[in-house]
Amino acid sequence: MKAFAELYLRLDATTSSNAKLQALRDYFAKAPAADAAWAVYFLAGGRPRQLVPTRLLRELATQLADLPDWLFEESYQAVGDLAETISLLLPQHRHDTDEGLALWVEQHLLPLRGQPADEVRQRLPALWERLDRPSLMLCLKLITGSFRVGVSKLLVTRALAQLSGLDAKRVAQRLVGYTDLAHRPVAESYLKLIAPESADEHAQRGGQPYPFFLAHALQAPLEQFETLLGPVEDWQAEWKWDGIRAQVVKRDGQLWIWSRGEELVTERFPELHSLTETLPDGTVLDGEILVWKPGICDDTLAVQPFALLQQRLGRKTLGRKLLADAPVVLRAYDLLEWHGEDWRNRLQHERRRQLERVLVEHPLAPVRLSPLLQASNWAALAEQREQSRELGVEGLMLKKRDALYGVGRTKDLGLWWKWKVDPFSVDAVLIYAQRGHGRRASLYSDYTFAVWDAPPGAAQRNLVPFAKAYSGLSDEEMRKVDAIIRKTTVDTFGPVRSVTPTLVFELGFEGIALSKRHKSGIAVRFPRMLRWRLDKPVEEADDLATLQSLLGPV
Amino acid sequence: MDLVIARPEGLYCPPGNFYIDPWRPVDRAVITHGHGDHARTGNGHYLCAEPGAGILRSRLGQDIALQTLPYGERLQHNGVTLSFHPAGHVLGSAQVRLEYQGQVWVASGDYKVEPDGTCAPFEPVRCHTFITESTFGLPIYRWPSQAEVFSGINTWWRANRDQGKASVLFCYAFGKAQRILHGLDADIGPIVVHGAVEPLNRVYREAGIALPDTLYAGDLPRNDPRLRKALVLAPPSAGGSSWMRRFGDYSDAFASGWMLLRGTRRRRGVDRGFVLSDHADWPGLLWAIGETGAERVMVTHGSVNVLVRYLCEQGLDARAFATEYGEEDDTPPSESAT
Repeated sequence: MKAFAELYLRLDATTSSNAKLQALRDYFAKAPAADAAWAVYFLAGGRPRQLVPTRLLRELATQLADLPDWLFEESYQAVGDLAETISLLLPQHRHDTDEGLALWVEQHLLPLRGQPADEVRQRLPALWERLDRPSLMLCLKLITGSFRVGVSKLLVTRALAQLSGLDAKRVAQRLVGYTDLAHRPVAESYLKLIAPESADEHAQRGGQPYPFFLAHALQAPLEQFETLLGPVEDWQAEWKWDGIRAQVVKRDGQLWIWSRGEELVTERFPELHSLTETLPDGTVLDGEILVWKPGICDDTLAVQPFALLQQRLGRKTLGRKLLADAPVVLRAYDLLEWHGEDWRNRLQHERRRQLERVLVEHPLAPVRLSPLLQASNWAALAEQREQSRELGVEGLMLKKRDALYGVGRTKDLGLWWKWKVDPFSVDAVLIYAQRGHGRRASLYSDYTFAVWDAPPGAAQRNLVPFAKAYSGLSDEEMRKVDAIIRKTTVDTFGPVRSVTPTLVFELGFEGIALSKRHKSGIAVRFPRMLRWRLDKPVEEADDLATLQSLLGPV
Repeated sequence: MDLVIARPEGLYCPPGNFYIDPWRPVDRAVITHGHGDHARTGNGHYLCAEPGAGILRSRLGQDIALQTLPYGERLQHNGVTLSFHPAGHVLGSAQVRLEYQGQVWVASGDYKVEPDGTCAPFEPVRCHTFITESTFGLPIYRWPSQAEVFSGINTWWRANRDQGKASVLFCYAFGKAQRILHGLDADIGPIVVHGAVEPLNRVYREAGIALPDTLYAGDLPRNDPRLRKALVLAPPSAGGSSWMRRFGDYSDAFASGWMLLRGTRRRRGVDRGFVLSDHADWPGLLWAIGETGAERVMVTHGSVNVLVRYLCEQGLDARAFATEYGEEDDTPPSESAT
């Protein structure tokens, strides 16, 4: 436990990737395989479900720290992280255990799940007493399922690759599914990650997908495309679908569907299950799962908003009505495996041609080819991009024709760009603020925004809240806004402050839909602050009519 | 009768007709210590504890009308008996004890209860009413031992030196910097200071505080090999400025009580955060308040509402005083300008 806590401190104490890589290598070089197995799991983003209910944790900590409830709450508001707050409030102890991470997780922590409250009240204080502050915080983060440290999966992959002398792509391949909820890391699973390459490795992978290749955001102005990207002919352009990125794997007579988070989602999409019969063994398709309602008009317009897919994902059981209301298809755009052979090292346009051939030979009802867009120059392509909103897509994808299929967000094997349309935007007024978490802890950085409910000049009009946002400001701006909020507070409700409306921000968002759950009747997707409108008085902020006009034809 | 009330100009003593740490210019100002939010320019007459004279003159000007009083010595003014008692915050920092018609009030300014070797340690003073700060007035703030913090700084410095990297430690120029100098292991390598720190070191040395030898950054050529082994003390405002370029590839850190929280440290964007404050932590505040025996407590700058509520629940008569203190190291990094 202590060794892992020390690794956490080292990783947390630097912003340099090289220093982090070194810290990881030092840790893995020494750690017993069973501990390393869990370390990889947590560092690569694996999170067991919360082990003890938050309410119970707070109650116990408040009691042990001998504080009134309100003071615990004040402390939590200042720290912005439950595990850290508790570790700062509990009585401090010397570290009194040399048990490793695996033992702690398997024998002390995981068994807490599902225990009656009284049992947890008995066990936890005794465990906490054995840990010093850094280990205690870590232990609490594992309990609350909030373990995070500035390490990417890619970095863990590199550290393991360097240690084992393997190719990083191979390690990445083996790591697929490692953090899946169903997988429980043991010494053997770690040893498999770093084992020497074997001849039958390819045959042994069962339903494993390939690491997803991810696109970079393209933000340059159109005039620079020629210089930046070269001629348009070198690129394959497609719509950027607004659904769930997925790999469909068919091997050994079985079908697996993996989401981008490497979560197995096969059961969520019964519409695709017929592929078990129709796809040949040894096939892996990469594409986007979308809600699709054909027959309204032309093909493209059949894409339904992401909100509908989201609703469906939120349900535990998929009723008949839901399946009828929100049927899905797979928009396929890449072929990663064919006849059991790994195609990732073939060029983008070759994979594309083969994908087209496959889909012609095997017309599969729930799979549709993502069409290519044709344009003789960048300007013509940009013009097509303008239709994105009407078509229900997020913009364009540009894939280099000679790109190999890379691993994660890398650029060394090939390039994919996402060229999104500009977000919707309105000028909105900040009316409530709350302190943030993590990096924004104790700063008023989470805001609720409102627009006017009537046009300027109306006899009486009010501000109606419609979105919350916390990202988009620089640290400097955030500090200034924080100071203004503290000075203009009118009232506080628990952690929320209402302020005299003085601040106007240009708010950007990706989507907009009607909603019964919101006071304004409107819900927006991915709202964030684009700009602080210091030049705009509150009276000139937008009103509901502006939002309604963005809704488009319903 | 209240011996101290809050006025727009600052904390005021009505029978004595003087102010304590006023934030607007007044005729008579009693100063608890030399930090910028407590000692401001433009007052007619200044009174401070004797060890604070050097600092006050160096910050406010050599020509201010300044009267000093040794710790513990009493002075009569308009029937009010005034004396200074060490606050343990920075060199020359003092609590102000006021006695009038049998009532005793103590205004503590800023204070720290743990002795640090660079200023006279905090002395509890019995009183009826105690005016306390509340900068770190939340139970999450419990300081690690100074030995632990300095061993952390020394280890970090040594590791950087071994990699040929300068160790730039940001801290406030007055008080914190000298305290760090006092606690460093000077055998590790050369110590370099920023121009804002140098004059204050001089004042501390003149007051007889032992500080290790320091090099002034401006005296070293840019390619001086000593820079690669040095510990550099600089004010937070130097971060990100062109002044930093001379150090090439360096590791940076920030020393402040706020560094106890992971979020504040990460927002600072430095490699390391060392938890070192010249204010009392939560147990320190409660201890100090208890030691005064005061039944009435007036709470100023920091977590005012929290401390007031907590003390009231403990059976004390606690109230809030609105002040304009809180700058330099009093304010969370989120709110200060740098």
